[in-house]
Amino acid sequence: MDLIKPEFGLLIWQTIIFLAIIFVLGKYAWKPILSGLKDREDSIASALGEAEKARTEMQKLTSDNQKLLDEARSEREKILKAAQKTADELREEAKAKASSEVNKMLEDARKVIESEKQSAIASIKEQVAILSVEVAGKILRRELENKDRQQLLAADIIRELKVN
Amino acid sequence: MQFFSRNFVKISFVLVFLFNISTFAYAGGGDKKDEKFNPGEMIMHHIKDSHEWHLISLGDTHVAIPLPIILYTNNGLDVFFSHDLFSAKKGEHKEHSKEHKDGHDKGEHKAEEGKKDAHHEFQVLERGKNIYHFSHDKITMADGSPVWDFSITKNVASLLISFLLLVFVFTSVAKAYKKNAGKAPKGMQSFFEPLIIFVRDEIAHKNIAHNADRYVPYLLTVFFFIWFNNMLGLIPGGANATGNIAVTLVLAFFTFIITLFSAKSTYWKHIFAPHVPIPLMLILIPIEFIGIFTKPFSLMVRLFANIMAGHVIILSLISLIFIFGAMSAASIYGVAPLSIAFSTAMMGLEMFVAILQAYVFTMLTSMYIGQAVEEPHHEEAAHH
Repeated sequence: MDLIKPEFGLLIWQTIIFLAIIFVLGKYAWKPILSGLKDREDSIASALGEAEKARTEMQKLTSDNQKLLDEARSEREKILKAAQKTADELREEAKAKASSEVNKMLEDARKVIESEKQSAIASIKEQVAILSVEVAGKILRRELENKDRQQLLAADIIRELKVN
Repeated sequence: MQFFSRNFVKISFVLVFLFNISTFAYAGGGDKKDEKFNPGEMIMHHIKDSHEWHLISLGDTHVAIPLPIILYTNNGLDVFFSHDLFSAKKGEHKEHSKEHKDGHDKGEHKAEEGKKDAHHEFQVLERGKNIYHFSHDKITMADGSPVWDFSITKNVASLLISFLLLVFVFTSVAKAYKKNAGKAPKGMQSFFEPLIIFVRDEIAHKNIAHNADRYVPYLLTVFFFIWFNNMLGLIPGGANATGNIAVTLVLAFFTFIITLFSAKSTYWKHIFAPHVPIPLMLILIPIEFIGIFTKPFSLMVRLFANIMAGHVIILSLISLIFIFGAMSAASIYGVAPLSIAFSTAMMGLEMFVAILQAYVFTMLTSMYIGQAVEEPHHEEAAHH
């Protein structure tokens, strides 16, 4: 059968052509194609890896942020509390101070009033004394304007003296 | 290419239709006058190699592309066109005994007895000192001296076309990879990329455990060479290159050589010193040794038989029309639509077989290489 008997010429040609195809395609087609494919796959893989890395980084950053925010919040709370406390203390202190001041002032005022009163009373007493002496003097002068009366008085005084 | 992939089905149908028409033309035109339509001869003519590229015959007019005939004889190289050979004058009967030296001609002699002259025809061409006898597409010397036929036959021409096509297609794909490096594939590139990746990942990397990348270019070449040639064979008027045993022999031989040269010690140990008792060795070693050769042999036969058989079936279905037509003209109307429907379906199947056989050949090649390059520990793991 011709069908299953390979022709010599065709064998030779097929060998030459197939070798040429292997060589030409290997050099000018498969090499750039396979390397291009590999480059692209590598770049896609690295891009995916980078994205993953960025995602975890982002996650870390967000959690860091959250932590920071929480810290800040608690710090604020603490500061507010401290401030509140200080303010309260200050207020208390001021109040106490103010009341003591008032008390002191009241005391002082009272003292001043007292001393003023004393001095006023003293001056009134003096005045009264002066007035009384003046009045007494005037009365005496009037009493003792004539001789009779002077003698009478003198007699009275003497009598009184004698009595005593 | 975008156009091609989008309209793949439509184009396929046009091809199928054209193929059928051209077969009609041949079958209808070829059997003129005295002879009855001989389907066997017609089919053989279509699937065998030829010294000219026969396209169509209308009545007595044969339309064929002349191909260069390159012969090396005792008188040196002789190059001329096939037209001279086919239009040479008919030879005389008496010369016949001289040209038949090969054993296979005995069969022809027997066949002759029944058919008489029909098989006896040969043509004589004189060129300088050489007198050639041309019979059944075979060139012999009239004086019985040896002649080496290196002609660019139909199959060789078809292989050259496939070479140009492969180089054109894949260098432009390669250019696309340079042009849009790092970007998504476009056009023809995106058509071939999945196939290239499939061959690289599913065929090469899955079967070859070590250094698979070394074999990827060869596997890609084999895959696309077989696929392209299978498809070229399906085109109306195309040559049946991958359905020719010489072509598949060379393909299988390359696989054989690559397997042998990349074989590691484990491979040879597995063949010549298997881990079995000595009596079993006596049986196993010859079997394994023969296996070295049967593997590529099966590759050769599988591809050849599949592609050739596909062509034979389609041609047989078309022949039915003429067989019935010869019995009664009216039956053509009944048989022709059926026959066309069947051959169209076969054509679709053949297009699937074209890529399937390319896949099978490449797959088995990579499996054989994979077995050859196996490292010891893998071998142990796989067999125990």
